[in-house]
Amino acid sequence: MSFTKAWELFQTYLPLFAYGIRITLFISLSGTIIGLLIGLVVGGIRAIKVEPRDSFLQSFCKRFAHALTSIYIEVFRGTPMIVQGMFLYHSLLKPVFGLNSVWAGVVIVSINTGAYMAEIIRAGIQSVDIGQSEAARSLGMTPMQSMTHIILPQAIKNAFPAMGNEFVVNIKDTSVLNVISVTELYFETAKIAGSIFRYAEPFFISAVLYFIMTFVTTRILRFIEKRLNHTASSYPTSQTVVEATVKGQL
Amino acid sequence: MVETILEIKDLEKSFGNLKVLRGINFSLRQSEVVCLIGASGSGKSTLLRCVNLLETPDGGQILFKGSDILSGAIDVNVHRQKIGMVFQQFNLFNNMNVLKNCMIGPMQVLKKSEAQAKEKALHFLNKVGMLDFAKASPLQISGGQKQRVAIARALCMDPEVLLFDEPTSALDPEIVDEVLSVIRDLAKEGLTMMIVTHEMAFARDVSDYVVFMDQGVICEAGKPEVLFTKPTQERTRAFLSRVLHH
Ligand SMILES: Nc1ncnc2c1ncn2[C@@H]1O[C@H](COP(=O)(O)OP(=O)(O)OP(=O)(O)O)[C@@H](O)[C@H]1O
Ligand SMILES: [Mg+2]
Repeated sequence: MSFTKAWELFQTYLPLFAYGIRITLFISLSGTIIGLLIGLVVGGIRAIKVEPRDSFLQSFCKRFAHALTSIYIEVFRGTPMIVQGMFLYHSLLKPVFGLNSVWAGVVIVSINTGAYMAEIIRAGIQSVDIGQSEAARSLGMTPMQSMTHIILPQAIKNAFPAMGNEFVVNIKDTSVLNVISVTELYFETAKIAGSIFRYAEPFFISAVLYFIMTFVTTRILRFIEKRLNHTASSYPTSQTVVEATVKGQL
Repeated sequence: MVETILEIKDLEKSFGNLKVLRGINFSLRQSEVVCLIGASGSGKSTLLRCVNLLETPDGGQILFKGSDILSGAIDVNVHRQKIGMVFQQFNLFNNMNVLKNCMIGPMQVLKKSEAQAKEKALHFLNKVGMLDFAKASPLQISGGQKQRVAIARALCMDPEVLLFDEPTSALDPEIVDEVLSVIRDLAKEGLTMMIVTHEMAFARDVSDYVVFMDQGVICEAGKPEVLFTKPTQERTRAFLSRVLHH
């Protein structure tokens, strides 16, 4: 392993590394966002309670939806993404839907992330005290209104660090998609390494690039998190200060 | 004759094996104020929560203006619009400011325009003395202020009955009065209210009649001047002497 050689290789193969980074970021970002949407729906379903007033049909549907969502979550959290990728790509995504490997990668990461996000969202929902949803219901809001206006905004804020962490994990874990030939950073690195019969230097570069991506992402997320927690709506201040500032605003 | 708003007949509720309400009979007429008193665990909160269906009773009837809300024919959400509730823990929505807390119900549930909802919210915030805090977050204000906002939020829905579950129990003693005086004003204006409270002086002063609950039944009910001075039941006497001279 020589650093000069690594630097040389980096310059020579910059376009390939850059391309790999683009694909990695594209798949991990879109997979995280779509996964979040899946997680919102699935986590929302799991937060619906079967109530004693429900009709037989209502409680049946709720139980059925709960069963489906828990199967989804258990299966996708309980098997490795590399196996999910191979299986879904060769059984469904390529032969049935005709997706190329990059789009198949987006689908796989989305579904996988969705299973984790659902649990994160559910924990976020549970972190909002039950009193607020009772208050919403006491005003006559439907469970849906209470969820969208009161509970979810707070759940998402509380769950933001965990959701951001999923993105960071995805940046690293998209590397397993090389098994279905997705041209992300690991795949590109392996391609370069194979063509020059040297492994240490290309993978050293790769490690540095992955680290930069996750490091920068973590900092950005932390910054956003701070902003979220310092908005006027949630910053606790002492009584006297508030009285003064609030009166000043009006 | 004054209209009966709420009539509760043989109401029963259990949590698992625990029978919390064991046949409650009681009615509330227009503009009446009733205070529910009783030891911890006697079922006061459960009774109150049954009235707006936050708990589903196991048996009996609750007639709201003559129609049985347990029959399954009524829309729970529509019923709850007419019954306001103020909680011990305030339960303000922490993701919106004081003003929005008061506007969300009228806008989402009653489909009022933003301007109408705002006008109403400002009116009631003014009434509870919280107008200056309209832009404040619930996390920035004191407990007494939170509870006054919670009352304004409930009033914005123009409820026909307002339920209070120990509205001052989470407050420091020196700020209890700022909340109680708001409730007193509402009583004077003729709002129909059911109030669970441990503030005996307040109960005596504000209510048309007082209900003493014990172990899931109404042990004694009557005018405050009678119930507090000449209770007929031994259990009422025991309870009152415990809370009045501790
Ligand atoms: N959701 C619930 N699940 C199980 N048990 C419950 C539930 N809610 C109340 N209980 C029980 O029912 C009994 C009556 O409770 P309730 O809250 O109605 O009493 P309370 O008169 O309001 O008492 P307090 O003065 O302490 O508020 C208590 O023993 C309580 O533990
Ligand atoms: Mg109680």
